[in-house]
Amino acid sequence: MNRAEPLVLGIETSCDETGIGIVRGRTLLSNTIASSMDEHARYGGVVPEVAARAHLEALQPSIEAALAESGVGLADLDAVAVTSGPGLAGALMVGVGAAKALSVSLEKPLYAVNHLVGHIAADILDADATPLEYPTVALLVSGGHTSLLLVRDLTTDVELLGETMDDAAGEAFDKVARLLGLPYPGGPEVDRAAAAGDPKAIAFPRGLSRASDMARHRYDFSFSGLKTAVARWVEQRQAAGEPVPVADVAASFREAVVDVLVTKALAACRDHGVPRLLLGGGVIANRRLRDVALERAEAEGVTVRIPPLSLCTDNGAMIAALTSELIMSGRPPSTLEFGADSTLPVTEIQVAESA
Amino acid sequence: MILGIDTSLGSAVAVVEPDGVIRSQVESADPRGHAEVIGTLIERALAEASVSPSEITQVAAGMGPGPFTGLRVGIAAARTFALGRGVPVVPVVSHDAVALELLLHTALTADWGYAAGYENDTEETFAVVTDARRREFAYTLYRGLDDDGLPVRATEPALTPRDDLDALLAHAGADRRDADRIPAAMLALAAARALGAGRRIGPADALYLRSPDVTLPHAPKRVYL
Ligand SMILES: [Zn+2]
Repeated sequence: MNRAEPLVLGIETSCDETGIGIVRGRTLLSNTIASSMDEHARYGGVVPEVAARAHLEALQPSIEAALAESGVGLADLDAVAVTSGPGLAGALMVGVGAAKALSVSLEKPLYAVNHLVGHIAADILDADATPLEYPTVALLVSGGHTSLLLVRDLTTDVELLGETMDDAAGEAFDKVARLLGLPYPGGPEVDRAAAAGDPKAIAFPRGLSRASDMARHRYDFSFSGLKTAVARWVEQRQAAGEPVPVADVAASFREAVVDVLVTKALAACRDHGVPRLLLGGGVIANRRLRDVALERAEAEGVTVRIPPLSLCTDNGAMIAALTSELIMSGRPPSTLEFGADSTLPVTEIQVAESA
Repeated sequence: MILGIDTSLGSAVAVVEPDGVIRSQVESADPRGHAEVIGTLIERALAEASVSPSEITQVAAGMGPGPFTGLRVGIAAARTFALGRGVPVVPVVSHDAVALELLLHTALTADWGYAAGYENDTEETFAVVTDARRREFAYTLYRGLDDDGLPVRATEPALTPRDDLDALLAHAGADRRDADRIPAAMLALAAARALGAGRRIGPADALYLRSPDVTLPHAPKRVYL
């Protein structure tokens, strides 16, 4: 195995994107994504069984497309990589089964890795960026997760500082979009509606931000109370026979989410004396979140890193990138004795590492 | 050399020679945990057959029917194994493997009288029945082997409420043959015979037989007022 610049194919099926990525060392060769998002639109959220069926259909064509794009043959690979968790169990299992059989078939080593840590590894593939410095705080926000991490070393030391106690931030966007009669996925829709609104029009609550919450949940998030507050506010307007100012509601809701995310992320930077913040996950596509994070971080002397947006949503390239780092740091492959772990803790960067 | 993979009930993997000689068959009866065991089973099946991955010329995939979550693991594995070697996948109805095993066993043990009946095309109809969860069975009706040595499906795989099965089979005049495992070697053998005859015997996509469980969202619920 080439440990200096390994050629790795990564398979990611934790949610609704079938992601196949190919990297050589720290160079991205392909980031192929097949999304089943359109199939979920009519249900207003990701339906696990629909996602899992779509993965099975998309997997082989996606691998073939990634190979064609990168001009790489399967026989050239140094390793196969796969997401073991966290994520939707049935969806993860498709990728795990596929990766194991591919690894046995090619007689190539297999690495089973953590999806969340993969989101951080996406940053390494940014050819224009300076190398990732440690430690860094990482804020990962998507439709499936909202996590605040302290990364001392990508391959050996990632600590969970906090996470959402209920809905993921992206889920909150979807639910509020529905409440406002906007289509799925809610993020871009709420964003568009918010453009003409006043973010200070309505004072929506900031979850887990009171002094009494901060003792136990300093870095944790909660968005279900916010969603309920928006619902109640809209209903009261409707009951009073008044029009609902959609733009103001959208802008005020978005501001509440962004405020809580950025406030807690910067608190983590301050508390741990870490002047670096990395953003990841699909919700980073939200411009307001990026703008507020950049502006407030600068005021506190914190440098913000944002991987290219195409690498922020779920993808296989980040799984390959993390595995490439593991290989370059001398780590042995995983055994075949692992499964899909829907609640895999972030501290388990690689699972089933062979002795 | 044909690799057979099925995860429609437990997990089963076998290696069979093109002429039908079984080189290995390994399985896990666990009706869950397919993703955990699939890699090890493939490795063991190859090792016990003393066959390297590069000697595999086709991969037979059990397409179901079976509970979705497990079923997909084997199909995904069959497809990527085949992709890795650049060889074709041969989809097989999982019940066909059970039927083939029963029919071969009957052919081996039948007395002359039965064999005469077989020749006269009066062989019995039987149903391969497997658990489909949610108080349902999956079943397929079969009647004998055809000229290519493949089981003849009298009906395609279907689901029925558990309580209705016996009446349904009585009406069809079919014996009930419950199966709690899919013999992967028979799956591979069915694939070998289909290949030999130049026939396609299984569906390209998984036999789910059920739509995904989803409820269309209603208008937003009123929460508080
Ligand atoms: Zn993700």
